[in-house]
Amino acid sequence: MSIAHLLAGKGRGVITIQPEDSIRQALGLLAQHNIGALIVVDSRQQPVGILSERDIVREAARNEGVFTQPVSALMTRDVVIGGPQDDLHSVAHTMIERRIRHLPVMDRGTLVGIVSIGDVVKAQRDQYHGEVETMQTQLLANKT
Amino acid sequence: MTQPGTEAHPLRVAIVGAGPTGFYAADQLLKQGGLVAEVDMFDRLPTPYGLVRAGVAPDHQKIKAVTAAFEKVAAHPRFRFFGGVELGTHVTVADLRRHYHQLFYCTGAQTDRRMGIPGEDLAGSHPATEFVAWYNGHPDYRDLSFDLSQERAAVVGVGNVAVDVARILCRTHDELAATDIADHALEALRKSRIREVYLLGRRGPAQAAFTNPEIKELGEMAGADIAVRPEEVALDDLSRAALERDPDRATTKKVEILQAYALRRPSGKTRMLTVRFLVSPVELIGNNAGEVVSMRLVRNTLQATATGTLQPKPTDQFEELPVGLVFRSVGYRGVPLPGVPFNESWAVILNEKGRVLDPGTKQPLVGEYTGGWIKRGPTGVIGTNKPDAAETVACMVEDLAQGLTLHPAAPSAEAAERLIRERQPRFFSFQGWLRLNELEVGRGRAVGRPRVKFTRVEEMLQALGR
Repeated sequence: MSIAHLLAGKGRGVITIQPEDSIRQALGLLAQHNIGALIVVDSRQQPVGILSERDIVREAARNEGVFTQPVSALMTRDVVIGGPQDDLHSVAHTMIERRIRHLPVMDRGTLVGIVSIGDVVKAQRDQYHGEVETMQTQLLANKT
Repeated sequence: MTQPGTEAHPLRVAIVGAGPTGFYAADQLLKQGGLVAEVDMFDRLPTPYGLVRAGVAPDHQKIKAVTAAFEKVAAHPRFRFFGGVELGTHVTVADLRRHYHQLFYCTGAQTDRRMGIPGEDLAGSHPATEFVAWYNGHPDYRDLSFDLSQERAAVVGVGNVAVDVARILCRTHDELAATDIADHALEALRKSRIREVYLLGRRGPAQAAFTNPEIKELGEMAGADIAVRPEEVALDDLSRAALERDPDRATTKKVEILQAYALRRPSGKTRMLTVRFLVSPVELIGNNAGEVVSMRLVRNTLQATATGTLQPKPTDQFEELPVGLVFRSVGYRGVPLPGVPFNESWAVILNEKGRVLDPGTKQPLVGEYTGGWIKRGPTGVIGTNKPDAAETVACMVEDLAQGLTLHPAAPSAEAAERLIRERQPRFFSFQGWLRLNELEVGRGRAVGRPRVKFTRVEEMLQALGR
């Protein structure tokens, strides 16, 4: 199973922000869309970083002025980027091992979505549930 | 305004598509505590069960046992089936909005993905899905023909559809005659002159989508030997490292089975199935008559993406494989439904967790939902559609509690039925299907087969005395 199937049911697309926007704007977007991270893109819509709620919390704990800081000051610049044809299995492994919570997905140079660790866990759970369901049906059929 | 969902005002739901997802969703709605729902299920075919009838291979009858559970759902007094009724032809979304509070689209993925290579449309090159629909007796495909006088056939892909097609091509007449394969296909395959079947995977054995029971089955056929090249099933460094980092018993076992096949010698069976890895077709080559005569393959190596997925990378080594018949099985693709927003990027209905979205505002369209392959794309086994349907049904229940439903002008079972009788007088009820099922199984019993399928709508009408 490729991660394209995780993106298919997330039709609202990706919420992005620019590096020079403020943390206040970022918090507004996170709250409005009920999400945990924003992809930071430059003027050509190319990802230059990712900003998570955790990045903001960490700064807020020691800096009252966090709201007016630019996104670029807090964002993570070293971003792992996935492709739609990446296998769910290897994406899950990489996200867990490298403690990545959000994975931007690009297809031929265009940002097409974001996969969260929650999406990955849910997709794996549904995959296992489905296989168990199908195996049980077949086992029951063997008895009759 | 009264909230629907009670005995006096049942929640009326139209489910478009009678495959597994539709039945799982119907079951979940009808069994929802504190909710009285009425479910009308529509399908463009006269018969229910979608790919369980028209997709699952005829020599995999056990997988079809899931229909017993669907039959129980259909026995619910507030469930109705309207077969032979197509959205866009007989009824429109606007019609459904007049009679139902909620609409649920689960029409699956009805076409195949193309390979996008020169020669793809030469005579003798087919989508594997058409061959599958043909041998399973789908009325829209039963009159197709495939040139089985050819001796060499290639199936592009190593997913479960590709494996099914390769297996059916390799089966003996006796093996097939014990299944519910459509009569026309049984007859055509009896005369098949196919000797060599190639199954072509673009990645290595560790990345192949087929399951271990499927690959084992390929090594146990009565009339076909299996061949694998040792160098193509030897684990490359990247695959070995990936397995060491993240051990997976099933994958290790899969590679072991294939490596054991590489040691086998032909035992003299009539047919030979060759499973190839790390090759991609780059062109189909035709003769003057426009018929495919061979396929140009490029050898691939594997390279890791940023997330560690191993993807094929073409080398500069090519080879030519003479074949007179080609089946491409590189994925299914959903098709848009008239009047329903579509997401072209993923070939699914535009949705968020099963709520259909307005393409402009990206906000949910009140009362419209989706599930199954047309919601998430073609992936998973039949049972995967159960949690998928559950996610959407949870949204439907949540929205109902918020008062977010359609407000149909005529929310009654009678009014809906009147409309359908007027638009499609030849619709099939579930009672009709049960009768057809009984007749098919009866015809099968007479000749020692699980069933003998009706494959024409006219035939089905006649059988029911209509």
